[in-house]
Amino acid sequence: MAQMTLIQAITDALACELERDENVIMFGEDVGKNGGVFRATQGLQEQFGVDRVFDTPLAESGIGGLAIGLALEGYRPVPEIQFLGFVFEVMDSVVGQAARTRYRMGGTRNLPIVFRSPFGGGVHTPELHSDNLEGLIAQSPGIKVVIPSNPYDAKGLLISAIRDNDPVIFLEHMKLYRSFREEVPEEAYTVPLGKAAITREGTDVSVITYGAMVREAVKAAEKLEKEGISVEVVDLRTVSPLDIETIVATVQKTGRVVVVQEAQRQAGVGAMVMSEISERAILHLEAPIGRVAAPDTVFPFGQAENDWLPNAKDIEDKVREVYNF
Amino acid sequence: MATYNKLELDSLFSATNTDFSMVQILDETGKLVHPELMPDMTDEEMVELMTDMVWSRILHERSTALNRQGRLGFYAPTAGQEASQLASIKAIEKDDVLLPGYRDVPQLVKHGLPLSQAFLWSRGHVAGNIYPESLQALPPQIIIGAQYVQAAGVALGLKKRDKKNVVVTYTGDGGSSQGDFYEGINFAGSFKAPGIFFIQNNGWAISTPRSVQTQAVTLAQKAVAAGIPGIQVDGMDPLAVYAVTKKAREYAVAGNGPVLIETVCFRYGPHTLSGDDPTRYQPEGIQDEWAKKDPIIRFRNFLTEKGLWSQEKEEAVIERTKEEIKAAIKEADQQPKQKVSDFLKSMFEEPTYIIEEQIQQFEAKESK
Repeated sequence: MAQMTLIQAITDALACELERDENVIMFGEDVGKNGGVFRATQGLQEQFGVDRVFDTPLAESGIGGLAIGLALEGYRPVPEIQFLGFVFEVMDSVVGQAARTRYRMGGTRNLPIVFRSPFGGGVHTPELHSDNLEGLIAQSPGIKVVIPSNPYDAKGLLISAIRDNDPVIFLEHMKLYRSFREEVPEEAYTVPLGKAAITREGTDVSVITYGAMVREAVKAAEKLEKEGISVEVVDLRTVSPLDIETIVATVQKTGRVVVVQEAQRQAGVGAMVMSEISERAILHLEAPIGRVAAPDTVFPFGQAENDWLPNAKDIEDKVREVYNF
Repeated sequence: MATYNKLELDSLFSATNTDFSMVQILDETGKLVHPELMPDMTDEEMVELMTDMVWSRILHERSTALNRQGRLGFYAPTAGQEASQLASIKAIEKDDVLLPGYRDVPQLVKHGLPLSQAFLWSRGHVAGNIYPESLQALPPQIIIGAQYVQAAGVALGLKKRDKKNVVVTYTGDGGSSQGDFYEGINFAGSFKAPGIFFIQNNGWAISTPRSVQTQAVTLAQKAVAAGIPGIQVDGMDPLAVYAVTKKAREYAVAGNGPVLIETVCFRYGPHTLSGDDPTRYQPEGIQDEWAKKDPIIRFRNFLTEKGLWSQEKEEAVIERTKEEIKAAIKEADQQPKQKVSDFLKSMFEEPTYIIEEQIQQFEAKESK
């Protein structure tokens, strides 16, 4: 075991898979010698060579096409999109092409690609770096959307994603990259895709969330515990496909739910979680499902982030509202 | 008109080439105007190429008729592009990878896709896209330009695997305006990866003439932006297309990187049979004008002169092709109806919880 930040856990996962399978290759803008703009690929080119870890021209769509073509030649590409806000340049490759290939060829071809990309607010980035765009991809059939909230999950989920034989988009929240350390095994291990985790057990209200909001939800739960409200925090970990069984089980247990996301109310996957609960567990509900999300504006100017991003206080308030309904 | 000799043709395959005048071997009447550029083809190979071109023209005519009868679906006419399509595919090897656009079905079939599957693709049936492992190709690409960036990736894969093969991809004149067009050739150039990128410049992108796409004098010169060789060729001349493609393949396989080839050609008739009518936008007489440049007439004259082709031979090819088409349509008709449960099963290697639910739901429906 070693104490690792989330980004160290990611680098470790990438190294494990480069070591294990010679078909695993990584590329993107500045991921080679530079080791990535966040150091996620630090040292990997040095260790595994320029044939395995390499830089590309500055063109996201080209990177997406490169990944598809290399996957067709039997590689397991792990391309990086430098910031998720730039995914619009490569949307066709991700959802118009990679996500459809197994289906369009009747299961005779598959593209084992993992698109890695940082996103998320709270670090005062310039425009279009932090936007929460997971909802766009989650609405597209044929690709999984994974968002870890801690170092242990990040490593295990990324290894699973790389070994998955279908395309995955792996979204790394920038605020979580170095905000805390956690014990992470040094050897390779997997965390299953499509499975949520109960981060904190509770009996009164379930908070279902993902990404940076998991930490906020735990903070809120600790505060509410002192008021005698027991909050169960569910970390989705994979936002597409959703772990329906865990979601339904927690609703059956607590009867009250708050769905929390950093994305705008009209975006993210919160509405999807709410509709699944309405369809599958409405008779277990003691109160309407609460929702915490960002306002429906464009992602804020850096200085306005604190007023805009949902936080532990917003979650506390919403939990009390649902609890006291 | 270009007056190259073979040596000069070699000089076009250079990243610093700035000569984009059109390479031609046969003129419109089928006269050999540049004998020094004649590709190394046996008489038999030339006859095969003529056979392929006649086959393609008949396939076009029958596809049009079958579409009108409602026995085919999406169809993008190919008449006029036989030299550009069939001569280029003849110059590549079986293990080379083909990434076609939506008009490039003839190349796919010649590369190994059974004709019945091409018809199923037209109708919108998944069986048309179930390719054996040995068929080095993707189904026709609908998103114009996507095949270019993917070709760059395939090319890099071939290079990394040390395969002595190339990827071949096609787009049209309109497609050369796309971002993915540029990114594709630039990536392949940057990685010195073995790709042959075709622009089949047939003058029109639906109703938009080539002149509206760009003020660039040729489309071949767009290669300069990627630092790779760009060659313009008479796309109605099968020998010129074959010669240039063959050379491009040698150049790419030797590790020199990709080549961009513009074939100047024409599509007789509409963009697709989905309601397009060229008389709304094309100048009067343009179809007749290009009919005079017909690649089949030109090659027929050339081969007949050499005693390699005859009306009887051509009629035999036509007859054979019609039979082949009839059989392929019949085979396509026998394909079982598609099932939604099968679609659900081919979304992922392992169905997710929600997909598994839907499989059960549709299987129940389908068993009724």
